Amino acid sequence: MISRSPGRAGAADTLAGGPRRRRVLKGVRAGAPLPLLLPALIGLAFLILPLVALLIRAPWRSMPHLLTSTEVWQALQLSLLCATAATAACLVFGVPLAWLLARVEFPGRGVVRALVTLPLVLPPVVGGVALLMALGRNGVVGKWLDSWFGITLPFTTWGVVVAEAFVAMPFLVISVEGTLRAADPRYEEAATTLGASRFTAFRRVTLPLIAPGVAAGAVLAWARALGEFGATITFAGNFPGRTQTMPLAVYLALQNDPEAAIALSLVLLAVSIAVLAGLRDRWMTAS
Amino acid sequence: MTDIEKATVDAPASTGEGLDTRLLVERGSFRLDVTLSAAPGDVVALLGPNGAGKTTALRALAGLVPLSGGHLRLDGEELDRTPPESRPVGVVFQDYLLFPHLSALDNVAFGPRCQGATKAESRARAAEWLARMGLTDHATAKPRRLSGGQAQRVALARALATHPRLLLLDEPLAALDARTRLDIRAQLRHHLADFEAVAVLVTHDPLDAMVLADHLVVIEDGHIVQEGSPAHIARHPRTDYIAHLVGLNLYRGEAEGHTVRLDGGPGITTEEDLSGPVFVAFPPGAVTLYRERPTGASARNLWRCEVAGLETHGDQIRAALTGQLPLAADLTTVAAAELDLYPGATVWATVKAAQTHAYPA
Repeated sequence: MISRSPGRAGAADTLAGGPRRRRVLKGVRAGAPLPLLLPALIGLAFLILPLVALLIRAPWRSMPHLLTSTEVWQALQLSLLCATAATAACLVFGVPLAWLLARVEFPGRGVVRALVTLPLVLPPVVGGVALLMALGRNGVVGKWLDSWFGITLPFTTWGVVVAEAFVAMPFLVISVEGTLRAADPRYEEAATTLGASRFTAFRRVTLPLIAPGVAAGAVLAWARALGEFGATITFAGNFPGRTQTMPLAVYLALQNDPEAAIALSLVLLAVSIAVLAGLRDRWMTAS
Repeated sequence: MTDIEKATVDAPASTGEGLDTRLLVERGSFRLDVTLSAAPGDVVALLGPNGAGKTTALRALAGLVPLSGGHLRLDGEELDRTPPESRPVGVVFQDYLLFPHLSALDNVAFGPRCQGATKAESRARAAEWLARMGLTDHATAKPRRLSGGQAQRVALARALATHPRLLLLDEPLAALDARTRLDIRAQLRHHLADFEAVAVLVTHDPLDAMVLADHLVVIEDGHIVQEGSPAHIARHPRTDYIAHLVGLNLYRGEAEGHTVRLDGGPGITTEEDLSGPVFVAFPPGAVTLYRERPTGASARNLWRCEVAGLETHGDQIRAALTGQLPLAADLTTVAAAELDLYPGATVWATVKAAQTHAYPA
């Protein structure tokens, strides 16, 4: 579209008639103005270039060796496990929360929605510190968890899951809430008149109807959890095999083994592309 | 308002069979106040223009809208505070609201399943209902693969499968095209005749109401303006809305013998000998039009009018007239051409007294 020159468009102009001509003209108008085109191309290059550089500098030959080391495998396994567990937690608590926000009118709903969205814009490190204050050994809640149940979350694998869930849940809630708002609430009413309790109506009617939105939200949350760094390192630390996830491993490797860092980054890039491919029906074709 | 059966409002019918209710719903400036009573086997149609409150009344019966006042008794049982899922009420929604992710069979089985039947039982019952609706071949189809008529029957089967003691139908035929509508209307009539409990349907189509219901309740602006049998209402409309629906010219005035003096208008000579406030109605087909003032003495009902508009009405032309007496007149296309009618043309309209019908207001 952007490469279509005025000359060619002019030729098409005289040859084709009616709707086709209009389409060509529209294409020219959409791509033409230089003050828009130039920054657009720079922006595009800015986004793509680093990823290309990663591919160019990748130590392809030593790749198999780098990726089969125990540490890499440990980090990858831990990452997948924690991200999946965090996503499960997001689903269990986030879907009902989204339903509450979308379907039940209560005072202060706007404030609650803002609070739910906060972790989205909060620097993850701050999230990690906040989690320490809440769930740390001397935290507001953590104190009781420790003395009553003997549960300690910070600097454990469960801590990683908690940190990731904290950061990822807003993605799921917002995605599911949006889908719920778009879904026709009258289906729930129809279910009610057939004798379904509100919970049955949700489980048997609403949930299947919003399943695509829930799936998309879960994938988003999973991807966010997989890449989590700030909150994780603050709340759970950086212990190989226990709390060292891929992003932490990448950061650490960059200090003493840059090639390994690149290799690990490529793995995460591949996962990201896979996520995007999985979501393409939902977003990329929407435009 | 002599047609309204006030007796049911005051009479304690707590042990009575069927439906006995006064629905009071207040929402902002809108106020619905409708009293209904019906015996098992009755089909009641709520007829009214858009925004009259018909659907609100239906939703109140289903429990989807809380009552601000009044009462709701079904077969002697108080249902005012019963949540919708516990009411023995089945609803056929306007656009059916079949669950898109479930097959026709599972849509129908949904109700029995919620009522505690096992999965197998529910499906067996659903299959039975689909068979009764002639839909066995479509049991596995998802709603989007069903035609409008099929979807309507699945919706009806779904509502009936819970064995409701009150069946509610919200514009059951509105979503259908004209041809399917004729067919489905006949089938629906048949199914409603089989239904042994109370059925209440909401419609803005007088034909649906007259064909399907044995009792009509006309609602305008949240209130009942007239009720009775379809035949009675068709002959004795009491508001312009109903008169328009049943295709009659309707006037209100004061009768003295055979003459009815209209409020701020001319008089109409009628066959009936009445006194006091009355309605006068006559069909548009009873009107004869002339371009010149007719000389015959027989037509005492003679008015000078002006053509306000013309439109085809079936195989006839319906002329809307203003002037001494605003009225609608039907004439053949040939007659319209011979009279050289056009908007703004002056005409003389006559109606024979024998073709008018006067009744007390």
